[in-house]
Amino acid sequence: MSEDSKHLEITLETQVESVNLAEEMCLRVAQAAGFGEDDCYRIGMSVREGVINAFHYGNEERPEKKIHLALDLTPDKMIIHVLDEGKGFDLRGVPDPLAEENLLSTSGRGIFLMRAFMDEFQVVPGRTGGAEIIMSKKLPLSGNPGTNGKSGQGAAPKQEA
Amino acid sequence: MALRATYREAAGVTVVDIGGRITLGEGSALLRKTVRELLEEQRTLILLNLADVDYIDSSGIGELVSAYMGVKNRGGSLKLLHLTKKVHDLLQLTKLFTVFEVYSDENSALRSYR
Repeated sequence: MSEDSKHLEITLETQVESVNLAEEMCLRVAQAAGFGEDDCYRIGMSVREGVINAFHYGNEERPEKKIHLALDLTPDKMIIHVLDEGKGFDLRGVPDPLAEENLLSTSGRGIFLMRAFMDEFQVVPGRTGGAEIIMSKKLPLSGNPGTNGKSGQGAAPKQEA
Repeated sequence: MALRATYREAAGVTVVDIGGRITLGEGSALLRKTVRELLEEQRTLILLNLADVDYIDSSGIGELVSAYMGVKNRGGSLKLLHLTKKVHDLLQLTKLFTVFEVYSDENSALRSYR
């Protein structure tokens, strides 16, 4: 990681509250990095889905396990890592939620949303033995917020309820 | 926006006004509880007014699908009203627009149950 990069790491409990906490933390970083409202929404949603995945599927909601969240802010993108302490999984085994037979499924859309909302997305074996989701979003071009929704102050996504 | 769900009767249809975020935890649980209570009261024509719901995650989407199927399995019908842009776009992205009947006008929605 170069001198121009910033790194932030947090260890979260395997509990529902961690999902909101992770989302809020990443939103603050994304806003400070200059992402506009639309991209902040996409980043926030992707972090939610990554942590939900770790909470539910990776750690199987077992409270003794942890969720490891890390952010890297490089000169050109924001990279998010979500690592669980589960058994890992193969992306190829994840059903397509858009397939006719899966449309009425009550779960299984998280990976799809992360892929749709982020510029890069992959799942690799993590150092804990669990799965590590790595996803990134390119930083908006400075002085060109028009392609990225509102930016700067006043563009914070709503944080109600 | 505070999380809430209240319901009222209109032309034989139960209109549920929901507000807040429908996400993993409280939001999804409230939707599940509300629909379950309505089904226990034999109310099977349900219109979910999502005008004040500006955020849904994959758990919330799952809960909407679960509610839709639960009502359908009881011979009823669950439809959606007044989607915010984010919710609209999310349903479009997940192809659930092809599953749910969605309305932007309450009277039109109520007439569709006749």
